[in-house]
Amino acid sequence: MATEKKTIFSPELAARFDKLVTLYPVRRSALVPMLLYAQDEVGYISAAVVAEIAERIGIRENDVHSVLSYYSMLRTKPAGKYNVQVCTNISCMLRDGYGILDHCKKRLAIGHKEVTPDGLFSLEEVECIGACCWAPAMQVNYDFYDELTPEKVDQVLDDYKAGRGKETE
Amino acid sequence: MPRLVSHPDEVKIVSRRFGQGATDIDKYIELDGYKAAQTAIEKGPEWIIQVMKASGLRGRGGAGFPTGLKWSFVPKQSERPKYVLVNGDESEPGTCKDHLIFLYDPHAVIEGAMIAGLAIGSKQGFIYLRGEYRYLLKIMEKAVSDAYAKGFLGKNIFGSGIDFDVVTQTGAGAYEVGEESALMESLEGKRGVPRIKPPFPAVVGLYGGPTVINNAETIASVPHILMMGGEAYAKVGSERNGGTRLFGISGHVEKPGVYELPMGYNLKKAIYEVAGGIRGGKNLKAVVPGGSSTTVLTADEIEVGLDFDQMGKAGTMLGSGGIVVLDETVCMVEFALRTIQFYQHESCGWCIPCREGTDWLKKSIGRLHAGGAVDKDIDNIRYLAENMLGRTFCPLGDAAAMPTIGFVKKFRKEFEDHLNGKGCPYGHAQEREAALV
Repeated sequence: MATEKKTIFSPELAARFDKLVTLYPVRRSALVPMLLYAQDEVGYISAAVVAEIAERIGIRENDVHSVLSYYSMLRTKPAGKYNVQVCTNISCMLRDGYGILDHCKKRLAIGHKEVTPDGLFSLEEVECIGACCWAPAMQVNYDFYDELTPEKVDQVLDDYKAGRGKETE
Repeated sequence: MPRLVSHPDEVKIVSRRFGQGATDIDKYIELDGYKAAQTAIEKGPEWIIQVMKASGLRGRGGAGFPTGLKWSFVPKQSERPKYVLVNGDESEPGTCKDHLIFLYDPHAVIEGAMIAGLAIGSKQGFIYLRGEYRYLLKIMEKAVSDAYAKGFLGKNIFGSGIDFDVVTQTGAGAYEVGEESALMESLEGKRGVPRIKPPFPAVVGLYGGPTVINNAETIASVPHILMMGGEAYAKVGSERNGGTRLFGISGHVEKPGVYELPMGYNLKKAIYEVAGGIRGGKNLKAVVPGGSSTTVLTADEIEVGLDFDQMGKAGTMLGSGGIVVLDETVCMVEFALRTIQFYQHESCGWCIPCREGTDWLKKSIGRLHAGGAVDKDIDNIRYLAENMLGRTFCPLGDAAAMPTIGFVKKFRKEFEDHLNGKGCPYGHAQEREAALV
């Protein structure tokens, strides 16, 4: 629908959204994926993102906000370019997930849900990410890193800093 | 990349294609892929359901409901379209088995969904993955598009005149969405708040249509069952518990990993032989046997078979198959606190006993761990948890209450050791009590 119209998204994402809303019996089913994909591109769910997604689906902005506030991966403030998410749930906790989190805090000099001054990294303590048998584990954006040690964490963070990190998108 | 493990006691059925390049559709076909679907088309819905019933397969998400029976509940005639929904929201702490299925055998999920569709007369399947599993979603998306390219999905599948479409879907971070009705809400673009039951999804589910919703492991097992036969599959497992299961053994073991063991396999053997015993030669203190919501077992209680019925008799649950092993160095109060922190964080807030209950449990156990509790707090924690049981809209309240009751009941001494300002005798850092925001 909105390809000729003004959009805040890249042409690729706009085209993807045009298709996404047609895949389901109701357009609204595309809402959660659209929010996540928009966040991947824009960095967070801004007021403009909410407005455009509401319009594309044909629902009120209020409905978008209500869904947005429910899902823990969706955020309304920018994170770092590389969002470091350390799991401390039971299986990771038993294999020193908290040690990994503390190490990240020291190394990045930021706390939970904070961003480094250069905007490169943010840090989050997260709930189980489904890597229990390879604990302790973390994700940087969508990439998994498992069987972590402080040394391995340093290597991963150094790689991202040098622009050599894995990227799925 | 998750490490694959192996042990001679494993019976590899659902994990048979792991590590064999089966994400490639041609390789999948070479490894007998999509044969079961073609047989299913030939033999028809009644045959499929009869094989599934004979297999004794019970839901691998954790509830253990017989899959064949579930499928048979879907009405044959329906004015609204019927749907197949694959639950890959895997979020129960301790559970990472579906992770491997999506990673190594995505076509088995598609083929299983297709067979479920044939069985109930549905033309549309959805495969829902948790938002964190983006790299796995990409693998699933490629598998779906490869299957379309071969004519295995879409109109007239395998030239049968039958249509079946599959759409993949991502979540965005919510444990609660693993509950079947909450997942349907999420897929309809809403908050993942559970629905009241009845009506059950088999009658009124996704978009109001009759819906079969199954865990990803359940669905991925289906093609194998059709290939080997229901009776043969049943025989691998124990009484009324057909087949095998992916058990994720994590925590303080020498060789953590996901192992496919026959249903009914001895838990002690799984820990000491399959997973190599307790790390560093330490002593075992406790086992959380089926994901964080299941009642803890003490070191003396692990001589038990890993199936739904035997675990039930032992006062706990087989749950999601996530076996979390705790050695003697673990403070059970701290462990109970971390567990309840999770449920408090994930409670959707829709119903009061869960929203308030999980919050007060977190506060009470947190205070106790920090040394600020008095004697009666221990009973209050248990009382509070017992009064949540069965009084919440969906099983999340029970999932929070059950383990808490177990920790207090079975490790009361450790709770008492924290009283009277003593704080954690294990000397664990107190700042960890800082709640997750």
